[in-house]
Amino acid sequence: MNERLLKILLDAIPQLIEKFFTMTIPLTILSFSFGLVIAVLVAIAQYAKVKVLREFCRVYIWIIRCTPLMVQLYLVFYGLPNVGIVLDAFPTAVLVFSINEGAYMAESMRGALEAVPSGQLEAGYCAGMRFPAIMWHVILPQAFRTAFPALSNSLISMVKDTSLASVITVTEMFRQAVIINGRVYESLALYTEVALIYLAFCSLLTVLQRFGERKLSAYGGAR
Amino acid sequence: MMLQIRDLHKTFDNHSGEVLKGVSLSVDKGDVTAILGPSGSGKTTLLRCINFLETANAGTMIFEDRKIDMTRAGKSLISFIRKKTAFVFQNYNLFLNQSVLHNVTLGLTSGRKMHRAQAETIAMEALRRVGMAEKALAYPGALSGGQQQRVAIARAIATSPEIIYFDEPTSALDPELIGEVLSVMREIAQDGMTMLVVTHEMEFARHVSNHVVFMEQGVIIESAASEAFFASPKTDRAQAFVRSIMHQHQM
Repeated sequence: MNERLLKILLDAIPQLIEKFFTMTIPLTILSFSFGLVIAVLVAIAQYAKVKVLREFCRVYIWIIRCTPLMVQLYLVFYGLPNVGIVLDAFPTAVLVFSINEGAYMAESMRGALEAVPSGQLEAGYCAGMRFPAIMWHVILPQAFRTAFPALSNSLISMVKDTSLASVITVTEMFRQAVIINGRVYESLALYTEVALIYLAFCSLLTVLQRFGERKLSAYGGAR
Repeated sequence: MMLQIRDLHKTFDNHSGEVLKGVSLSVDKGDVTAILGPSGSGKTTLLRCINFLETANAGTMIFEDRKIDMTRAGKSLISFIRKKTAFVFQNYNLFLNQSVLHNVTLGLTSGRKMHRAQAETIAMEALRRVGMAEKALAYPGALSGGQQQRVAIARAIATSPEIIYFDEPTSALDPELIGEVLSVMREIAQDGMTMLVVTHEMEFARHVSNHVVFMEQGVIIESAASEAFFASPKTDRAQAFVRSIMHQHQM
């Protein structure tokens, strides 16, 4: 490797890392948190069999899952201004990622809720508990444990999907790499570098997932 | 009269024919009533309707002098009744993510807004009565079936219910574990608890319960004091049933 290339790559690191911590990670954490809240609410609405709400949730999941994330970003950022709704790039990204990932995670949560034996809910009722209390103390903790691998999946893909925010002018890590590359024209080296940072961080998340699963299985054993 | 059921009917949507065809029964305070009958006779459905886990198609309940239309009891009325009753399931249904202690306290702290410390005192006492106090911190997954069912009974008695419904409490157990559950049930009965027990355990029906209800195909065929029932069943059906049971025991 020649000295010029090495210098380019070394100079790029602090710039990429900075964007990673100031944009990519906040974008991931915010979107994932909001998405998880949406997912839990949407999944419970379906689990509780509230008719109108349930239909609404199905339509939400249908539309979000059947349109591309990229198109959703464009619609909100470039499309909505036509009807007078103008949002900044970062809030737009958080909004779209939350709603998008919320739809996928809602399905993970719904499956996990349905996997909790129905006797758990009945036992809660017979113990004199109300639906929200049974959900909180009994059903959701068990569902989270079942959904944990799927939710980890969603978190890991969200880290990488934030690179799509670059198309609506959010300068997160990937866009920063594109900008640097515009000056130095070292596509292969720079994009490899950026890929390695994603790889390293997502590997860390993979390890954390395994750790989390061990923690959650503390009350394990037969069902 | 503590509990009375009048003319209870139940049909399932996916089922051809009525499962319960007009069942009436009454339970006095302190009664231990065994509901007997072949499988498919509607015993479990009867219990589930009485605690509103299933909605009856017709029927009236009189619970502590309140007359209740079982087809349209509202949420708050159902909740009121459930706080005065307890249910022991065939497959235990312990809260799998909660320790043994919290399985017993949840109905008190969450269901009845009791303070945690008081709930834990009551729960430990209930666990002592069923011989499970030393497992208070274990999780259900680490317990045998018999132990889980004893915890389920502790969960039931901890709330001081007016009546406990038992739905085949020993049917899911290995034979060698049935005894420990039955002896706990016998002790609770001797302490004066009102119990309505769907069971296949003839020894329990004969020696612990004071009343027997015999069901077949969704109707109560015979209802009598248990001594009288086992000594001289009145109907042909019940005679045949008792004979077949006695025959099994001789084998």
